[in-house]
Amino acid sequence: MLEAILAGLSALSEGVRFLSTQGGPNLVMLGIAGVMFYLAVAKGVEPLLLLPIAFGCMLVNLPLSEVMSHEGVLRTFYDMGIGNELFPLLIFVGIGSMTDFSPLLANPRLLLFGAAGQLGIFLTLLLALALGFSRESAVAVAAIGACDGPTVIYVSNLFAGLGKIPEAMVGSLAVAAYSYMALVPIIQPPIMRLLTTKKERQTPMPPVAGRVSPTALMVFPIVVTVITGIIAPKGLPLMGMIMLGNFIKVTGVAGRLAKASENEIANIATLFLGLAIGGTMLGTDFLRKETMLVFALGLVAIVIDTVGGLLLGKLWYLLSGGRINPLIGAAGISAYPMAARLVQNEGQRWDKQNFLLMHAMAANTGGQIGSVMAAAIMLSVLKGLGVI
Amino acid sequence: MDNLTFGLTMLIVGMGGTLLTLYVLTLVITAITRLFPADKAGARRD
Repeated sequence: MLEAILAGLSALSEGVRFLSTQGGPNLVMLGIAGVMFYLAVAKGVEPLLLLPIAFGCMLVNLPLSEVMSHEGVLRTFYDMGIGNELFPLLIFVGIGSMTDFSPLLANPRLLLFGAAGQLGIFLTLLLALALGFSRESAVAVAAIGACDGPTVIYVSNLFAGLGKIPEAMVGSLAVAAYSYMALVPIIQPPIMRLLTTKKERQTPMPPVAGRVSPTALMVFPIVVTVITGIIAPKGLPLMGMIMLGNFIKVTGVAGRLAKASENEIANIATLFLGLAIGGTMLGTDFLRKETMLVFALGLVAIVIDTVGGLLLGKLWYLLSGGRINPLIGAAGISAYPMAARLVQNEGQRWDKQNFLLMHAMAANTGGQIGSVMAAAIMLSVLKGLGVI
Repeated sequence: MDNLTFGLTMLIVGMGGTLLTLYVLTLVITAITRLFPADKAGARRD
Protein backbone atom coordinates (compact mmCIF):
# COMPACT_ATOMS: atom_id res chain seq x y z
CA MET A 1 0.00 0.00 0.00
CA LEU A 2 2.70 2.43 1.08
CA GLU A 3 4.70 1.50 -2.01
CA ALA A 4 1.73 2.27 -4.22
CA ILE A 5 1.24 5.67 -2.56
CA LEU A 6 4.94 6.47 -2.98
CA ALA A 7 4.80 5.41 -6.63
CA GLY A 8 1.79 7.65 -7.13
CA LEU A 9 3.50 10.60 -5.46
CA SER A 10 6.63 9.92 -7.47
CA ALA A 11 4.58 10.11 -10.67
CA LEU A 12 3.20 13.48 -9.57
CA SER A 13 6.69 14.83 -8.99
CA GLU A 14 8.07 13.69 -12.35
CA GLY A 15 7.50 17.12 -13.84
CA VAL A 16 9.52 18.85 -11.14
CA ARG A 17 12.29 16.29 -11.50
CA PHE A 18 12.33 16.78 -15.26
CA LEU A 19 12.61 20.55 -14.86
CA SER A 20 15.44 20.28 -12.35
CA THR A 21 17.46 17.78 -14.37
CA GLN A 22 16.93 18.55 -18.05
CA GLY A 23 14.40 21.37 -18.14
CA GLY A 24 16.77 24.27 -18.91
CA PRO A 25 15.48 24.90 -22.46
CA ASN A 26 11.89 24.54 -21.24
CA LEU A 27 12.44 27.14 -18.52
CA VAL A 28 13.98 29.56 -21.03
CA MET A 29 10.98 29.09 -23.34
CA LEU A 30 8.56 29.61 -20.45
CA GLY A 31 10.41 32.87 -19.82
CA ILE A 32 10.03 33.79 -23.50
CA ALA A 33 6.30 32.99 -23.27
CA GLY A 34 6.16 35.33 -20.26
CA VAL A 35 7.84 38.11 -22.25
CA MET A 36 5.33 37.60 -25.09
CA PHE A 37 2.44 37.79 -22.58
CA TYR A 38 3.89 41.02 -21.24
CA LEU A 39 4.34 42.54 -24.70
CA ALA A 40 0.84 41.56 -25.79
CA VAL A 41 -0.99 42.57 -22.60
CA ALA A 42 1.00 45.52 -21.26
CA LYS A 43 2.36 46.96 -24.51
CA GLY A 44 -0.39 45.96 -26.94
CA VAL A 45 2.07 44.33 -29.34
CA GLU A 46 0.05 42.23 -31.83
CA PRO A 47 -2.06 40.76 -28.98
CA LEU A 48 -4.34 38.80 -31.30
CA LEU A 49 -1.40 36.70 -32.42
CA LEU A 50 1.06 36.93 -29.55
CA LEU A 51 -1.37 35.78 -26.85
CA PRO A 52 -2.24 32.43 -28.46
CA ILE A 53 1.36 31.92 -29.65
CA ALA A 54 2.67 32.56 -26.13
CA PHE A 55 0.04 30.27 -24.62
CA GLY A 56 0.88 27.50 -27.08
CA CYS A 57 4.57 28.02 -26.28
CA MET A 58 3.82 27.72 -22.57
CA LEU A 59 1.73 24.57 -23.03
CA VAL A 60 4.34 22.75 -25.08
CA ASN A 61 7.20 23.65 -22.75
CA LEU A 62 5.61 22.56 -19.50
CA PRO A 63 7.49 19.44 -18.36
CA LEU A 64 6.38 16.17 -19.96
CA SER A 65 3.73 18.01 -21.96
CA GLU A 66 2.00 15.87 -24.58
CA VAL A 67 0.13 18.66 -26.35
CA MET A 68 2.26 18.29 -29.49
CA SER A 69 2.61 14.52 -29.36
CA HIS A 70 0.55 12.27 -31.60
CA GLU A 71 -3.12 13.21 -31.05
CA GLY A 72 -2.16 15.99 -28.64
CA VAL A 73 -4.45 19.02 -28.79
CA LEU A 74 -1.92 21.39 -30.40
CA ARG A 75 -0.80 18.68 -32.81
CA THR A 76 -4.44 18.33 -33.84
CA PHE A 77 -4.68 22.09 -34.46
CA TYR A 78 -1.38 21.95 -36.36
CA ASP A 79 -2.48 19.10 -38.60
CA MET A 80 -5.92 20.62 -39.01
CA GLY A 81 -4.82 24.01 -40.29
CA ILE A 82 -1.09 24.60 -40.45
CA GLY A 83 0.13 21.37 -41.99
CA ASN A 84 -2.34 21.79 -44.84
CA GLU A 85 -1.99 25.63 -45.06
CA LEU A 86 -5.67 26.19 -44.22
CA PHE A 87 -5.43 28.73 -41.37
CA PRO A 88 -3.18 31.30 -43.13
CA LEU A 89 -5.51 31.15 -46.12
CA LEU A 90 -8.61 31.70 -43.98
CA ILE A 91 -6.89 34.70 -42.42
CA PHE A 92 -6.24 35.99 -45.92
CA VAL A 93 -9.98 35.88 -46.65
CA GLY A 94 -10.44 38.11 -43.61
CA ILE A 95 -7.62 40.46 -44.64
CA GLY A 96 -9.15 40.82 -48.09
CA SER A 97 -12.49 41.62 -46.57
CA MET A 98 -10.93 44.26 -44.29
CA THR A 99 -8.94 45.98 -47.06
CA ASP A 100 -10.23 48.98 -48.97
CA PHE A 101 -8.59 49.11 -52.39
CA SER A 102 -10.36 52.30 -53.52
CA PRO A 103 -7.34 54.61 -52.81
CA LEU A 104 -5.25 52.30 -55.00
CA LEU A 105 -7.80 52.31 -57.79
CA ALA A 106 -7.82 56.10 -57.67
CA ASN A 107 -3.99 56.18 -57.87
CA PRO A 108 -2.93 53.00 -59.68
CA ARG A 109 0.63 54.17 -60.37
CA LEU A 110 1.35 54.06 -56.62
CA LEU A 111 1.07 50.27 -56.86
CA LEU A 112 4.70 50.31 -57.98
CA PHE A 113 5.75 51.21 -54.44
CA GLY A 114 4.34 47.82 -53.51
CA ALA A 115 7.02 46.23 -55.68
CA ALA A 116 9.89 48.34 -54.31
CA GLY A 117 8.77 47.42 -50.81
CA GLN A 118 9.63 43.78 -51.51
CA LEU A 119 13.33 44.40 -52.16
CA GLY A 120 14.11 43.12 -48.67
CA ILE A 121 12.81 39.67 -49.54
CA PHE A 122 15.25 39.09 -52.35
CA LEU A 123 18.33 40.74 -50.86
CA THR A 124 17.77 38.90 -47.57
CA LEU A 125 17.56 35.68 -49.54
CA LEU A 126 21.05 36.33 -50.88
CA LEU A 127 22.31 37.20 -47.41
CA ALA A 128 20.80 34.07 -45.86
CA LEU A 129 22.40 31.90 -48.54
CA ALA A 130 25.75 33.58 -47.82
CA LEU A 131 25.30 32.78 -44.13
CA GLY A 132 24.92 29.10 -44.92
CA PHE A 133 21.17 28.58 -44.84
CA SER A 134 19.83 25.92 -47.17
CA ARG A 135 17.93 27.25 -50.19
CA GLU A 136 14.54 26.42 -48.72
CA SER A 137 15.42 27.88 -45.31
CA ALA A 138 16.81 31.01 -46.99
CA VAL A 139 13.58 31.50 -48.94
CA ALA A 140 11.51 30.96 -45.79
CA VAL A 141 13.59 33.51 -43.84
CA ALA A 142 13.50 35.98 -46.72
CA ALA A 143 9.70 35.75 -46.72
CA ILE A 144 9.74 37.79 -43.49
CA GLY A 145 10.48 40.68 -45.83
CA ALA A 146 6.93 40.28 -47.11
CA CYS A 147 6.02 41.89 -43.77
CA ASP A 148 3.02 39.65 -43.74
CA GLY A 149 2.60 36.91 -41.11
CA PRO A 150 0.26 34.57 -42.99
CA THR A 151 2.51 34.68 -46.07
CA VAL A 152 5.54 33.72 -43.96
CA ILE A 153 3.65 30.85 -42.36
CA TYR A 154 2.29 29.69 -45.71
CA VAL A 155 5.71 29.64 -47.38
CA SER A 156 7.64 28.18 -44.45
CA ASN A 157 5.08 25.52 -43.75
CA LEU A 158 5.11 24.48 -47.39
CA PHE A 159 8.80 23.66 -46.95
CA ALA A 160 8.25 22.07 -43.53
CA GLY A 161 5.58 19.83 -45.05
CA LEU A 162 8.07 18.70 -47.69
CA GLY A 163 10.64 18.00 -44.96
CA LYS A 164 12.96 20.71 -46.34
CA ILE A 165 13.07 22.79 -43.15
CA PRO A 166 12.51 21.78 -39.50
CA GLU A 167 9.00 22.23 -38.13
CA ALA A 168 10.36 24.36 -35.26
CA MET A 169 11.58 26.91 -37.78
CA VAL A 170 7.97 27.69 -38.73
CA GLY A 171 7.46 28.90 -35.16
CA SER A 172 10.54 31.09 -35.06
CA LEU A 173 9.73 32.57 -38.47
CA ALA A 174 6.16 33.34 -37.46
CA VAL A 175 7.19 34.97 -34.19
CA ALA A 176 9.90 36.99 -35.96
CA ALA A 177 7.47 38.09 -38.69
CA TYR A 178 4.76 39.22 -36.29
CA SER A 179 7.25 40.84 -33.92
CA TYR A 180 8.76 42.97 -36.66
CA MET A 181 5.35 43.84 -38.07
CA ALA A 182 4.52 45.20 -34.63
CA LEU A 183 7.84 47.05 -34.51
CA VAL A 184 7.33 48.81 -37.86
CA PRO A 185 6.48 52.11 -36.06
CA ILE A 186 9.89 51.94 -34.38
CA ILE A 187 11.88 50.64 -37.37
CA GLN A 188 10.60 52.88 -40.16
CA PRO A 189 10.66 56.53 -38.97
CA PRO A 190 14.46 56.76 -38.40
CA ILE A 191 15.05 55.30 -41.87
CA MET A 192 12.59 57.78 -43.39
CA ARG A 193 14.47 60.69 -41.80
CA LEU A 194 17.86 59.28 -42.71
CA LEU A 195 17.11 58.78 -46.39
CA THR A 196 15.09 61.90 -47.17
CA THR A 197 15.83 65.61 -46.93
CA LYS A 198 13.58 68.05 -45.10
CA LYS A 199 12.56 69.54 -48.44
CA GLU A 200 11.58 66.12 -49.78
CA ARG A 201 9.57 65.32 -46.66
CA GLN A 202 7.70 68.61 -47.02
CA THR A 203 6.72 67.94 -50.63
CA PRO A 204 2.99 68.68 -50.78
CA MET A 205 0.71 66.10 -52.32
CA PRO A 206 -2.55 67.35 -53.81
CA PRO A 207 -5.79 65.98 -52.33
CA VAL A 208 -6.94 62.80 -54.03
CA ALA A 209 -9.59 63.94 -56.45
CA GLY A 210 -10.39 60.61 -58.00
CA ARG A 211 -13.62 58.73 -57.51
CA VAL A 212 -14.00 55.00 -57.95
CA SER A 213 -17.11 53.33 -59.27
CA PRO A 214 -18.55 50.32 -57.43
CA THR A 215 -18.29 48.33 -60.67
CA ALA A 216 -14.54 49.02 -60.91
CA LEU A 217 -14.14 47.92 -57.29
CA MET A 218 -15.94 44.66 -58.11
CA VAL A 219 -14.03 43.96 -61.31
CA PHE A 220 -10.66 44.65 -59.64
CA PRO A 221 -10.39 41.50 -57.44
CA ILE A 222 -11.51 39.24 -60.27
CA VAL A 223 -9.02 40.68 -62.75
CA VAL A 224 -6.15 40.64 -60.25
CA THR A 225 -6.87 37.01 -59.38
CA VAL A 226 -6.94 35.96 -63.03
CA ILE A 227 -3.80 37.86 -64.08
CA THR A 228 -1.66 36.93 -61.07
CA GLY A 229 -2.94 33.34 -61.17
CA ILE A 230 -1.81 33.00 -64.77
CA ILE A 231 1.61 34.54 -64.04
CA ALA A 232 2.34 32.69 -60.77
CA PRO A 233 -0.07 29.79 -60.25
CA LYS A 234 1.77 28.54 -57.14
CA GLY A 235 0.62 31.67 -55.33
CA LEU A 236 -2.97 31.43 -56.44
CA PRO A 237 -4.24 30.24 -53.03
CA LEU A 238 -2.75 33.35 -51.38
CA MET A 239 -3.94 35.95 -53.88
CA GLY A 240 -7.18 34.07 -54.52
CA MET A 241 -8.20 34.13 -50.86
CA ILE A 242 -7.39 37.84 -50.38
CA MET A 243 -9.34 38.75 -53.48
CA LEU A 244 -12.21 36.43 -52.52
CA GLY A 245 -12.58 38.26 -49.20
CA ASN A 246 -12.44 41.62 -50.95
CA PHE A 247 -14.88 40.56 -53.68
CA ILE A 248 -17.42 39.39 -51.11
CA LYS A 249 -17.17 42.75 -49.38
CA VAL A 250 -17.34 45.06 -52.38
CA THR A 251 -20.25 43.32 -54.07
CA GLY A 252 -22.33 44.34 -51.08
CA VAL A 253 -24.76 41.47 -51.65
CA ALA A 254 -23.34 39.05 -49.09
CA GLY A 255 -22.99 41.16 -45.98
CA ARG A 256 -23.18 38.15 -43.69
CA LEU A 257 -20.27 36.47 -45.47
CA ALA A 258 -18.25 39.68 -45.41
CA LYS A 259 -18.86 40.11 -41.69
CA ALA A 260 -18.05 36.47 -41.02
CA SER A 261 -14.83 36.75 -43.04
CA GLU A 262 -13.72 39.83 -41.12
CA ASN A 263 -14.72 38.52 -37.73
CA GLU A 264 -15.54 34.90 -36.97
CA ILE A 265 -13.48 33.21 -39.69
CA ALA A 266 -10.40 35.39 -39.26
CA ASN A 267 -10.63 35.28 -35.46
CA ILE A 268 -11.06 31.52 -35.14
CA ALA A 269 -8.29 30.86 -37.65
CA THR A 270 -6.02 33.34 -35.84
CA LEU A 271 -6.62 31.68 -32.46
CA PHE A 272 -5.93 28.14 -33.67
CA LEU A 273 -3.02 29.26 -35.86
CA GLY A 274 -1.40 31.07 -32.95
CA LEU A 275 -1.78 28.13 -30.60
CA ALA A 276 -0.39 25.68 -33.15
CA ILE A 277 2.54 27.95 -34.00
CA GLY A 278 3.29 28.32 -30.30
CA GLY A 279 3.20 24.53 -30.10
CA THR A 280 6.17 24.31 -32.47
CA MET A 281 8.31 26.36 -30.06
CA LEU A 282 9.68 23.48 -28.00
CA GLY A 283 12.82 24.66 -26.21
CA THR A 284 15.16 21.95 -27.47
CA ASP A 285 14.18 22.69 -31.08
CA PHE A 286 13.76 26.47 -30.82
CA LEU A 287 16.87 27.54 -28.89
CA ARG A 288 19.39 27.29 -31.69
CA LYS A 289 21.81 29.61 -33.39
CA GLU A 290 19.57 29.54 -36.49
CA THR A 291 16.70 31.11 -34.52
CA MET A 292 18.87 34.10 -33.60
CA LEU A 293 19.91 34.41 -37.25
CA VAL A 294 16.26 34.24 -38.33
CA PHE A 295 15.44 37.20 -36.07
CA ALA A 296 18.47 39.17 -37.27
CA LEU A 297 17.72 38.51 -40.94
CA GLY A 298 14.05 39.35 -40.43
CA LEU A 299 15.04 42.80 -39.17
CA VAL A 300 17.41 43.26 -42.11
CA ALA A 301 14.60 42.29 -44.52
CA ILE A 302 12.18 44.89 -43.18
CA VAL A 303 14.84 47.61 -43.12
CA ILE A 304 15.71 46.88 -46.77
CA ASP A 305 12.00 46.89 -47.70
CA THR A 306 11.70 50.39 -46.28
CA VAL A 307 14.90 51.53 -48.00
CA GLY A 308 13.67 50.09 -51.31
CA GLY A 309 10.38 51.98 -51.10
CA LEU A 310 12.07 55.23 -50.10
CA LEU A 311 14.67 54.97 -52.87
CA LEU A 312 11.94 54.51 -55.47
CA GLY A 313 10.20 57.50 -53.88
CA LYS A 314 13.34 59.60 -54.22
CA LEU A 315 13.80 58.53 -57.83
CA TRP A 316 10.18 59.39 -58.56
CA TYR A 317 10.64 62.74 -56.80
CA LEU A 318 13.56 63.53 -59.09
CA LEU A 319 11.88 62.33 -62.28
CA SER A 320 8.62 64.16 -61.52
CA GLY A 321 10.34 67.42 -60.72
CA GLY A 322 9.51 67.22 -57.02
CA ARG A 323 5.84 66.32 -57.32
CA ILE A 324 5.92 63.02 -55.40
CA ASN A 325 6.68 62.97 -51.69
CA PRO A 326 9.25 60.16 -51.30
CA LEU A 327 7.96 59.28 -47.83
CA ILE A 328 5.05 57.54 -49.55
CA GLY A 329 7.49 54.87 -50.70
CA ALA A 330 7.90 53.68 -47.11
CA ALA A 331 4.24 52.61 -47.15
CA GLY A 332 4.88 50.07 -49.91
CA ILE A 333 5.03 47.21 -47.41
CA SER A 334 2.30 44.89 -46.30
CA ALA A 335 1.84 46.19 -42.73
CA TYR A 336 -1.62 47.65 -43.38
CA PRO A 337 -2.70 50.28 -42.43
CA MET A 338 0.14 50.90 -39.97
CA ALA A 339 2.74 51.87 -42.60
CA ALA A 340 0.35 54.35 -44.23
CA ARG A 341 -0.40 56.01 -40.90
CA LEU A 342 3.31 56.31 -40.17
CA VAL A 343 3.86 58.11 -43.48
CA GLN A 344 0.98 60.46 -42.69
CA ASN A 345 2.40 61.19 -39.22
CA GLU A 346 5.90 61.72 -40.55
CA GLY A 347 4.64 64.04 -43.31
CA GLN A 348 2.63 66.12 -40.85
CA ARG A 349 5.60 66.34 -38.54
CA TRP A 350 7.33 68.48 -41.16
CA ASP A 351 4.31 70.24 -42.65
CA LYS A 352 1.04 70.35 -40.75
CA GLN A 353 -0.89 71.12 -43.95
CA ASN A 354 0.41 68.08 -45.82
CA PHE A 355 -2.01 65.17 -45.99
CA LEU A 356 -0.32 62.05 -47.31
CA LEU A 357 -2.70 59.46 -45.88
CA MET A 358 -4.72 58.53 -48.98
CA HIS A 359 -1.62 58.36 -51.17
CA ALA A 360 0.10 56.26 -48.53
CA MET A 361 -2.95 53.99 -48.26
CA ALA A 362 -2.72 53.39 -52.01
CA ALA A 363 0.95 52.44 -51.68
CA ASN A 364 0.17 50.34 -48.61
CA THR A 365 -2.53 48.28 -50.32
CA GLY A 366 -0.06 48.02 -53.20
CA GLY A 367 2.36 46.58 -50.64
CA GLN A 368 -0.19 43.95 -49.69
CA ILE A 369 -0.61 42.89 -53.30
CA GLY A 370 3.16 43.17 -53.88
CA SER A 371 4.07 40.97 -50.93
CA VAL A 372 1.70 38.22 -51.97
CA MET A 373 2.84 38.54 -55.57
CA ALA A 374 6.50 38.34 -54.56
CA ALA A 375 5.83 35.18 -52.55
CA ALA A 376 3.81 33.73 -55.40
CA ILE A 377 6.55 34.45 -57.92
CA MET A 378 9.20 32.98 -55.59
CA LEU A 379 7.22 29.76 -55.24
CA SER A 380 6.63 29.53 -58.97
CA VAL A 381 10.31 30.15 -59.74
CA LEU A 382 11.30 27.53 -57.15
CA LYS A 383 8.99 25.07 -58.86
CA GLY A 384 10.53 25.98 -62.20
CA LEU A 385 14.01 25.38 -60.78
CA GLY A 386 12.92 22.03 -59.37
CA VAL A 387 13.53 23.06 -55.74
CA ILE A 388 9.94 22.28 -54.74
CA MET B 1 23.47 25.41 -59.80
CA ASP B 2 25.49 26.98 -56.98
CA ASN B 3 23.93 29.08 -54.24
CA LEU B 4 25.09 32.40 -55.68
CA THR B 5 23.54 31.64 -59.08
CA PHE B 6 20.38 30.48 -57.32
CA GLY B 7 20.20 33.66 -55.21
CA LEU B 8 20.83 35.97 -58.14
CA THR B 9 18.26 34.11 -60.24
CA MET B 10 15.70 34.58 -57.50
CA LEU B 11 16.64 38.26 -57.15
CA ILE B 12 16.42 39.02 -60.86
CA VAL B 13 13.40 36.90 -61.72
CA GLY B 14 11.65 37.46 -58.41
CA MET B 15 12.11 41.22 -58.08
CA GLY B 16 11.82 41.76 -61.82
CA GLY B 17 8.74 39.57 -62.01
CA THR B 18 7.09 41.38 -59.09
CA LEU B 19 7.84 44.79 -60.58
CA LEU B 20 6.64 43.74 -64.03
CA THR B 21 3.46 42.14 -62.71
CA LEU B 22 2.58 45.17 -60.64
CA TYR B 23 3.28 47.44 -63.60
CA VAL B 24 0.89 45.34 -65.70
CA LEU B 25 -1.65 45.64 -62.90
CA THR B 26 -1.34 49.45 -62.86
CA LEU B 27 -2.21 49.44 -66.58
CA VAL B 28 -5.10 47.07 -65.97
CA ILE B 29 -6.43 49.16 -63.08
CA THR B 30 -6.20 52.29 -65.22
CA ALA B 31 -8.16 50.49 -67.93
CA ILE B 32 -10.78 49.29 -65.42
CA THR B 33 -11.31 52.76 -63.98
CA ARG B 34 -11.68 54.23 -67.48
CA LEU B 35 -13.99 51.43 -68.57
CA PHE B 36 -16.14 51.86 -65.47
CA PRO B 37 -15.93 55.56 -64.66
CA ALA B 38 -17.45 56.85 -61.49
CA ASP B 39 -20.79 58.58 -61.74
CA LYS B 40 -21.91 61.16 -59.25
CA ALA B 41 -24.58 58.98 -57.69
CA GLY B 42 -22.81 55.66 -57.23
CA ALA B 43 -19.16 56.56 -56.76
CA ARG B 44 -17.11 56.20 -53.61
CA ARG B 45 -14.84 59.07 -52.73
CA ASP B 46 -11.54 57.62 -51.63
